[in-house]
Amino acid sequence: MGLATFKGGVHPPDKKELSKQSPITPAEAPKRVCIPLSQHIGAPCKAAVAIGQDVKKGEVIGTPEGFVSAPVHASVAGKVAGIVECPSATGRMVQCVVIENNGTEEWTPLKDNPDYLSLSPEDLRAKVKDAGIVGMGGAAFPTHVKLSPPKEKPIDVVILNGAECEPYLTADYRLMIERPDDVVAGLKVLMRILGVTKGYIGIEENKMDAVEIMTKAVAGEGTIQVVTCKVMYPQGAEKMLIKACVDREVPARGLPMDCGVVCQNIGTAVAIYEAARFGKPLIERVVTVTGAGIREPKNLMVKVGTMVSEIVAQCGGLKEDTAKVISGGPMMGFALYTLETPVTKGTSGILALPESEVKHADKFGPCIRCGRCIEVCPMGLMPSMLSITAEKGFWEDAKAYNLFDCFECGTCTYVCPSKRPIVQLVRLAKSQTKP
Amino acid sequence: METVRTPKEQQLIISASPHIRSEETTSRIMWSVSAALLPATIMAAYFFGPKAIFLIALTIVSAVAAEYAYQRAMNKEVTVCDGSAFLTGLLLGLNLPPTVPFYIPIVGSVVAIVLTKQLFGGLGFNVFNPALIGRAFLLISFPKLMTIWAEPTAQFVAMDAKTTATPLGIMKTEGLAKLMEVFGDKVSLYKSLAVGNVAGSLGETSAIAVLVGGIFLLIRGYISWHIPVSFLGSAAVLAWIFGGKGALFTGDPIMHLLSGGLMLGAFFMATDYVTSPSVKKGQLLFGVGCGFLTMLIRLKGGYPEGVMFAILIMNCFTPLIDRSFKSEVFGAVKVKKEAAK
Repeated sequence: MGLATFKGGVHPPDKKELSKQSPITPAEAPKRVCIPLSQHIGAPCKAAVAIGQDVKKGEVIGTPEGFVSAPVHASVAGKVAGIVECPSATGRMVQCVVIENNGTEEWTPLKDNPDYLSLSPEDLRAKVKDAGIVGMGGAAFPTHVKLSPPKEKPIDVVILNGAECEPYLTADYRLMIERPDDVVAGLKVLMRILGVTKGYIGIEENKMDAVEIMTKAVAGEGTIQVVTCKVMYPQGAEKMLIKACVDREVPARGLPMDCGVVCQNIGTAVAIYEAARFGKPLIERVVTVTGAGIREPKNLMVKVGTMVSEIVAQCGGLKEDTAKVISGGPMMGFALYTLETPVTKGTSGILALPESEVKHADKFGPCIRCGRCIEVCPMGLMPSMLSITAEKGFWEDAKAYNLFDCFECGTCTYVCPSKRPIVQLVRLAKSQTKP
Repeated sequence: METVRTPKEQQLIISASPHIRSEETTSRIMWSVSAALLPATIMAAYFFGPKAIFLIALTIVSAVAAEYAYQRAMNKEVTVCDGSAFLTGLLLGLNLPPTVPFYIPIVGSVVAIVLTKQLFGGLGFNVFNPALIGRAFLLISFPKLMTIWAEPTAQFVAMDAKTTATPLGIMKTEGLAKLMEVFGDKVSLYKSLAVGNVAGSLGETSAIAVLVGGIFLLIRGYISWHIPVSFLGSAAVLAWIFGGKGALFTGDPIMHLLSGGLMLGAFFMATDYVTSPSVKKGQLLFGVGCGFLTMLIRLKGGYPEGVMFAILIMNCFTPLIDRSFKSEVFGAVKVKKEAAK
């Protein structure tokens, strides 16, 4: 039997060797942090602090507005220096709370729960919500929302995404290697919240050491199984991972819960464990700082709100020929126009590419209808037609080619021999029409 | 808020994701397909002499020149380096009889490049295979010149070869018995057809040489098996059923597969990305259509060979096939099932 996988996909050079040997080390504490009040999909938070106010580490500084939202906490102890607009990784300006670090690292009182697994699912869910946990794979969807499926959508499986299918990134890999028990503990909390007895951890075959360690960690847990997946981007996309691990197909335009599954990222699972066990809010995360443009690639534990420029500096800085800096992975990450943007809960990596590795997107050819994109599209779409219709401004035609089923993984654009900016055209079409 | 600047303030490049791309490019594909035609080109030179090289080179040069001239004249970006005009020229050259005068390649190339490709919008927008339209135009405009076949005896020597008929031509006019008379027995007929030691268009006579190139394309993933297999398979089945004299199921599929332009057409012409369907299921239908039309023309039509018209007719259906055979959206089946409940 072949390894678990889905239909389509590509295998770009994974380049994980740059940072995979580097253990997670805490980044230097920043002198000040700039914490965005909107780090998640959903309503931005309202500032809960005033300028000049003293805050402790872990204190709530932004309260959520609405259900699909997550609170934001101070990642350092210090004085609120300002509430300003700052560029986010996507280039939009977002409201941020700036805190001058007083260096004391003094925590706000946290509630320790040695017996956390005996808490009720509701209590655990509340802890996840209060800790401001969001999906840490990049999308940053508030986790408690995923953990509150409507009654008519029974969940029977939780899958942890250890695929880390984006090239370069090693943050989840390091967590699995260094803190396998915390990962498993997080998964167990998830299973308890959802009342589920089946848990899976999907890991790509290029991380066999992680597979071994995780398999050891779940030994004796009859309810949890490690699934070795084929190295194939985008294996870590929810729908693909579900297909690979439990062979279920999420209905088109549907959510994982429509087939009884909840997916969570490895980093998120660790954050969930910490929230349940120690009451610790999500104020720091592992960031892989890597790429041929970084002098010393590392996996750093970074406080949310730390400027990208600072953590880049802690990795030896950028090489002279660096031309592009990406927040996230090379397939779905965002190109930064400035390094003066804060690390958020969803920042999985900072990737610096030298001029020689940057593919200039301005020059592209016509679609030669080779069909490569159709072959690799994990969603079974026809990206060629999406790009052709969008290029001409035929938005309705693009919709007829299932425009809104595209989740912009970039696989089509990666393989296109004419170097067409398919994802960009898809985004353009999506912005010009409604589902 | 004052900002902390990086030591090396610089302009960073911004673009939409993904930020990495595969090494594959359109021009690499075009040059690879051209390279895959090298064995067939060498066999053409071997059997038909220096004139073959001259004709093929002239076709390529005129195709590239036509593209360059058109793009310059219309103030378009000149894209002759992408190799697609070179490939069209090479394919057209390999589809010419070895006896044609020098102006035939030039006319054919201009028709292929300007009329068939550029007037429809250039690479990616043409409805028909340019090389085949070029050849069809020549066949209709110069029916005499385009059907004078030479014996494959030149073998690097410049000499005027005797004219003769192609195996399929003999089949059409005088029947299988005559063909056997010419080649002796079945085995030597197959051998000649496989090696290419027969009359025919420059690059089509050696089935083995074409097959080697085709397999190279399959292995490198430049083409998929769907069109060649369905094309050759359906042609073979139809040849077996209807190719015999009188009784059904007495035809000779091997002879049909090895002769004429079937191999060249199935691996190099019908698989043209632009003019064939993009979805695999559609490609199967397209291939079967090509096989059916080829055998219809060969067995019942006025021409001895039908590959060219078969592919061109199927080219017409490509947009319709593409529209009817869309790829299957992930999760769509489940949605349909639920709707049916």
